[in-house]
Amino acid sequence: MRFEPAASQGRERAPAALKLAVAGVLLFLHLPFAIIVLYAFTTDDASYRFPPPGLTLDWLQVAWNRPDVWQALGLSLRVAAAATAAALVLGTLAAAAVHKSRFFGREALSFLLILPIALPGIVTGIALRSAMSLASIPFSFWTVVVGHATFCVVVVYNNVLARLRRTPASLAEASMDLGATPQQTFRRILLPHLATALVAGGMLAFALSFDEIIVTTFTAGQQQTLPIWIYAQLSKPRQRPVTNVVAVFVVLTTAVPILLAHLLTRDKGGGIAGER
Amino acid sequence: MAGERAPVVRFIGVSRHFGSLRAVDDVSLDIADGEFFSMLGPSGSGKTTCLRLIAGFDRPTSGRILLHGLDAERLPPFERDVNTVFQDYALFPHMTVEENVAYGLAIRNVPRAERRRRAGEMLELVRLPEVASRRPGQLSGGQRQRVALARALVNRPRVLLLDEPLGALDLKLRQQMQIELKAIQERLAITFVYVTHDQEEALAMSDRLAVFREGRVDQVGTPAEVYERPATPFVADFVGTSNLIEGRLAERLAGSPAPCTIRPEKIRIVAAAAPVAGGDGAVDGTIRDVVYLGSHTRYRVEVGEGVVLVVVELNRATTAVDAHAARGRPVRLAWAREHLRPVGGR
Amino acid sequence: MRSTRRSPGRAAATFLFLRPRLALGLLLAPPLAWLGAVYLGSLASLVVQSFFHLDGFTGQVIRKFTFATWRDLMTPANFDIALRTATMAAAVTVAAALLAFPLAYYMARYASPAVKAVLMVGVLLPLWSSYLVRVYSWKLILAKEGVFAWFVGQAGLTWLLERVLALPVIGGPSLSVSSLGTFLAFLYVWLPYMILPIEAALQRVPRSLVEASADLGARPAQTFRRVTLPLALPGVIAGSIFTFSLTLGDFVVPSVLGNSSLFIGQAVLAHQGTAGNIPLAAAFTVIPMAIMGAYLLFARRLGAFDAL
Repeated sequence: MRFEPAASQGRERAPAALKLAVAGVLLFLHLPFAIIVLYAFTTDDASYRFPPPGLTLDWLQVAWNRPDVWQALGLSLRVAAAATAAALVLGTLAAAAVHKSRFFGREALSFLLILPIALPGIVTGIALRSAMSLASIPFSFWTVVVGHATFCVVVVYNNVLARLRRTPASLAEASMDLGATPQQTFRRILLPHLATALVAGGMLAFALSFDEIIVTTFTAGQQQTLPIWIYAQLSKPRQRPVTNVVAVFVVLTTAVPILLAHLLTRDKGGGIAGER
Repeated sequence: MAGERAPVVRFIGVSRHFGSLRAVDDVSLDIADGEFFSMLGPSGSGKTTCLRLIAGFDRPTSGRILLHGLDAERLPPFERDVNTVFQDYALFPHMTVEENVAYGLAIRNVPRAERRRRAGEMLELVRLPEVASRRPGQLSGGQRQRVALARALVNRPRVLLLDEPLGALDLKLRQQMQIELKAIQERLAITFVYVTHDQEEALAMSDRLAVFREGRVDQVGTPAEVYERPATPFVADFVGTSNLIEGRLAERLAGSPAPCTIRPEKIRIVAAAAPVAGGDGAVDGTIRDVVYLGSHTRYRVEVGEGVVLVVVELNRATTAVDAHAARGRPVRLAWAREHLRPVGGR
Repeated sequence: MRSTRRSPGRAAATFLFLRPRLALGLLLAPPLAWLGAVYLGSLASLVVQSFFHLDGFTGQVIRKFTFATWRDLMTPANFDIALRTATMAAAVTVAAALLAFPLAYYMARYASPAVKAVLMVGVLLPLWSSYLVRVYSWKLILAKEGVFAWFVGQAGLTWLLERVLALPVIGGPSLSVSSLGTFLAFLYVWLPYMILPIEAALQRVPRSLVEASADLGARPAQTFRRVTLPLALPGVIAGSIFTFSLTLGDFVVPSVLGNSSLFIGQAVLAHQGTAGNIPLAAAFTVIPMAIMGAYLLFARRLGAFDAL
């Protein structure tokens, strides 16, 4: 493979210009987060003045006491939880079916699952909106959930399928060989084995839903999720730092599940059946 | 097990095709109750597929399999009185060794106390009582192999299937496990169906063995039968090593052009032009190559017409120096006539 | 014997085990029903809607087959919107490829496993974390009195910034209300989508190929251009599918950072929202779908799907 122990020259050193470019791109990717955090503490509440005229913790309290923030947060959490639950069930079933057998249209199914996330967001959004209008379905909590679940299925599917592909077929066979039905085998052997992949897929789906705005705009009527709340605030000049505080909160609540999901699905290697 | 040993597994014209590949092709065989039966063959010869057909993981394309005299067609693996030791052991990584061994009992709703007792007994049987609370990941390859065996035996199956169970172990451990497996099989008096590509292993352990080639069974018999009277040139070559003699040389030595074989250890090297006893066969040749192997030496002797015969001699008095000095020497090869055996066509 | 312990559950399990097609069907039914009915059904309704028409007088959608909506779509103004969006998508894609390549190259070629793991998190975190917040951060950075202007001022380059803002098309009153600002924000939010596929493609270039090229006398620059770059191209194309598609379908970035000239996403949003003209909005989305369809065909010919 790439790291041959016998290779005498060892790892090559990167040219300085390349290192500089790498550092530049990484800064570009991460500095904006620092800016957001900084602005959550500025005393200037009407413009984007830099450097901030002063720093204060007041906005945390103001944001804490805003009922609209809590409402939006509550809705976002409920939508994300419901969409994640649906995505977990649908994604796991699809992954199990694709892994279990080669059937006609297998590729088509994978493609169909990826489509909602690969097509431009407005396409998914306006398509759902148009279907709702044709079928005269009123906007509701559930229309938002349906939209979110549709594009969340694929992350669960990908995680579970990847784990199934790394699971030796002999584990399930050994269980059935010892008398367990496929249902018992799923509960006692496969589910514990898939647990971290399910948690990871679920967390990514949760983060995806918690943060979504484009599809939500088309499927929510008066329902204000947290991203929609932020989006609405952007055009209001008053109490901007409250928006910044909420933004920091959103970044933190999505970063934690993402990091956990990443850690859970990293290839730990070994420990799996016979270590082959 | 009184009286007649009825077949516990019976294959009747069983085939398993994957598309155009005939993994198993019209196999019929009987495995008797309580015997140690090996399926021997190179990789891809269909022996593992046969094992999976017995276990129920796979179903025949045509033909019938009888387990204990009953058609197994409608029996899924979880309803078969058959258990398997997998090649990769397939231990459940999230369970302790004890939980692994007791899994089959837990599925049967055996009470916890009895589960523990029987799992303990099985771990005693495979001489691993001290690792019960560990996880499979913390065990060595040999230990995992024993746990897999204990787990498969805990349900007291009438047939135990073993898929190259010793393949991943080193030579010393493998030889030790061969003896232990055989002892366990005799003690529990259950049928072992043992898949291997190692002919020595099959000869050492089996009551009977089937030699597989390209999805078909070339020969079924006791180790002695298969070794001494190979039914086909393939069996002669795959089980042990063998000199295949055909054509004009066969006519000269055996009096007929039909192919025949002779085992390397059945040939004696005598001095060139030495007299040969009346019933014996002989041919003159030149030693071309010598491989000194410690306990014995392997010679390659050219006997004319481009044919090379392999001869193995024990180094009773021969030293390495003697052996290598023989290179290039003209010699006469002699053998008792009954060892030059005709073999059937391919 | 085991058959004496038959419970209804086990009987059902046996029944299904012996009928793998039925079992597969049961597994597939819920996801297929969801995606087939909800998603494909919605896409179909989108096409159907585009052949309805909004009665401008009553504000009601008339559910009768007509090409009127499609005729409404074919106006110079809408053509401008499509062209502007596609140009932006192309510019963002090219810039993202240029920025992504060095980082991806470093990750695949030079980084030790530990450094690589850190860099991977460094790319994944922005990819997954709040898109809206990340767009918003550029509003803070590019505002007239914001971070970027301040640094430019400190460097004594305010005159240069003013020159750039004075340019037609890309300029504007400030960076946060200009095409240039829109471009920067797009580049920022979609960059990780370009880095990952390029890294994956470069990862698959065997080191021995690079060494073989060097062994045959190629200078490092020649090896890079003739061996590494062509092999990384599928990754670039795969990444460009994301950056292109995401830019085409976005309305948040241009409305937070843009000037008054519309992008496709904004037009769709406006038509379905305030105007209630869902047929026209539906017809409008066919433009990005057509562009993406053509692009995907082109990408498949270049082998980009292997790098996804």
